[in-house]
Amino acid sequence: MIPELIVDIVSGVFLAIGSFFLVVGSLGLLRMPDVFTRMHATSVSDTMGAGFLILGMIIQAGFTLVTVKLLIILLIFFFTGPLTTHALARGALAVGLKPVLFDRNGRKRAKEQKLVQEFGVVEVRDQPPARPTDPARAEKKAAAKTRKPAKSRSRKSAGGKSSGGKSPGGRGGSSSKR
Amino acid sequence: MMFAVAAFAVLVSLGLAVIRALAGPTVFDRMVAANTIGNGAILLLAVFGFLTERPEFLDIGILYALLNIVGTIAVLKYFRYGDLGHRGGEEPSQ
Repeated sequence: MIPELIVDIVSGVFLAIGSFFLVVGSLGLLRMPDVFTRMHATSVSDTMGAGFLILGMIIQAGFTLVTVKLLIILLIFFFTGPLTTHALARGALAVGLKPVLFDRNGRKRAKEQKLVQEFGVVEVRDQPPARPTDPARAEKKAAAKTRKPAKSRSRKSAGGKSSGGKSPGGRGGSSSKR
Repeated sequence: MMFAVAAFAVLVSLGLAVIRALAGPTVFDRMVAANTIGNGAILLLAVFGFLTERPEFLDIGILYALLNIVGTIAVLKYFRYGDLGHRGGEEPSQ
């Protein structure tokens, strides 16, 4: 029969690959900016991570009842992953969540916006949405808006300029006002 | 030995998902994180069964997988229709 060392090595390699994909998927879940992209990141750990982990355990188990149970778990994963993702995406769209189509500096991502407009799922906003994840920054932005309401409009018309050129101008304007 | 590494990786992934579930701004972020936590718990049960050489944990894993899908769909239905007894179907708007 197959020597045990080879079985251990092969199953260990599969377990290592599965662990890697699991951690990568969870990191994506933590780092991504949006519900939809977070779902995308989760699918990595649901398919590749779980698949490789269960494959490694199947190789370790051999032809037993344990293998059948592991295959049942794998089957459940393969059917429930797309199902829950689909339900989540439809629910999020029905409630009115929209994909974030701006990068970190507030610039538009032209390719994604064009793609979304072609699909016609959501209308594309001109303004980056307020970030609910960062309360300190939201408070600061709200305070700035109450202080000078015309400033935000001028920043919007400035559009794709670099943020480094914009912020000293805004600071100078506020000091001159004071 | 590799089973211990795999169990540790599953625990790390569960921790990251818990952070997202606590921090997630909308309820759907929390649901994505809860789904990930459920899948991680199933994998942790399976790996822990192999680690302690007691494969009976796999039965609990199967049960937990079935409960996980039912729970996720139930919560999503509640947040979409506002009622668990809703007949479903498409809304005219959207």
